[in-house]
Amino acid sequence: MSKQWQNGLMLLAVILLIAYPLLTVRVPDPGSEGETAEIFTGADGQAEGVIREIAPDYRPWAEPLMVPPSGEIESLLFALQAVLGAGFIGYYVGVRRERSRWNRDSGSSGAA
Amino acid sequence: MHIMEGFLPVEHALGWGAASLPFVALGLRAIKRKVRENPELKMLIGVSAAFTFVLSALKLPSVTGSCSHPTGTGLGAVLFGPLAMAPMAAIVLLFQALLLAHGGLTTLGANIFSMGIVGPLVAYALFRAGRLVKLPQGLTLFLAATLADLATYLTTSLQLALAFPDPIGGFAASLAKFAGIFAITQIPLAVSEGLLTVLIFNVLVKHSARELHDLGLQPAREGVRP
Repeated sequence: MSKQWQNGLMLLAVILLIAYPLLTVRVPDPGSEGETAEIFTGADGQAEGVIREIAPDYRPWAEPLMVPPSGEIESLLFALQAVLGAGFIGYYVGVRRERSRWNRDSGSSGAA
Repeated sequence: MHIMEGFLPVEHALGWGAASLPFVALGLRAIKRKVRENPELKMLIGVSAAFTFVLSALKLPSVTGSCSHPTGTGLGAVLFGPLAMAPMAAIVLLFQALLLAHGGLTTLGANIFSMGIVGPLVAYALFRAGRLVKLPQGLTLFLAATLADLATYLTTSLQLALAFPDPIGGFAASLAKFAGIFAITQIPLAVSEGLLTVLIFNVLVKHSARELHDLGLQPAREGVRP
């Protein structure tokens, strides 16, 4: 039982770690020229901005072969990636749970 | 930690590619050997890859007001050794480079190096060290996965600072800028990754006790409960 408590608390901590910035980070006031600031943009994109700042003359010498045509399609592909992973983990745990229950029910003392 | 397509000078792109390639090849060999010795482990290798798939798809908000993602490579490194994660990270990064315009083919070598090589090496080394000084297994695993995640993002910062030294402050100033974006943002996400790694490990302890025992990670079998 204590293991279950431990797992539950860890899951709760992860949820809090994700929720905390969502609740506390505020969109900054628009600048004097009325430009709107965005929050929760990707760190990868911000690094790209720093590169352009440090080396304004640098020209990327390759382009992505395929760019998702919209943010929605990008979300779709990210969701697909997560589903593939989570689906496999769920399948594995399900198979294992059934197997150990079958072993227990049939009372086999052989290969467990 | 994805360096965008085309955003490393040619020499750097080739250099990191050459550095990563042997690790991917050795990793494939290590996985093949594990499976040959113990075919039962095949599914568990799949679980490690799947965990990386899930975690690297989740872009989470951070206290810095930007978003980034965990890597999920600590689990596989602890289970199968540091080399095994290089090919698994390569698969994830290839998927994202080809379909999502995230990362890229020219930066694949550099991205494999940070996510699939440095992170897993740090996880593995810390896990071994923790066992040596007999820290509780959960804590050891948490530290290994958390610091591996941070190490991956520090590596990306280093790679970018090497490629783009600041015209005034040089490498150090540049490193501070990139690490300011990547490493600080990553701290809460790395903690989340550490916790989630312990969580899935606990699930595996319950459902894969025999495989973990074979891998030398569980002292006693507790497969079937009374």
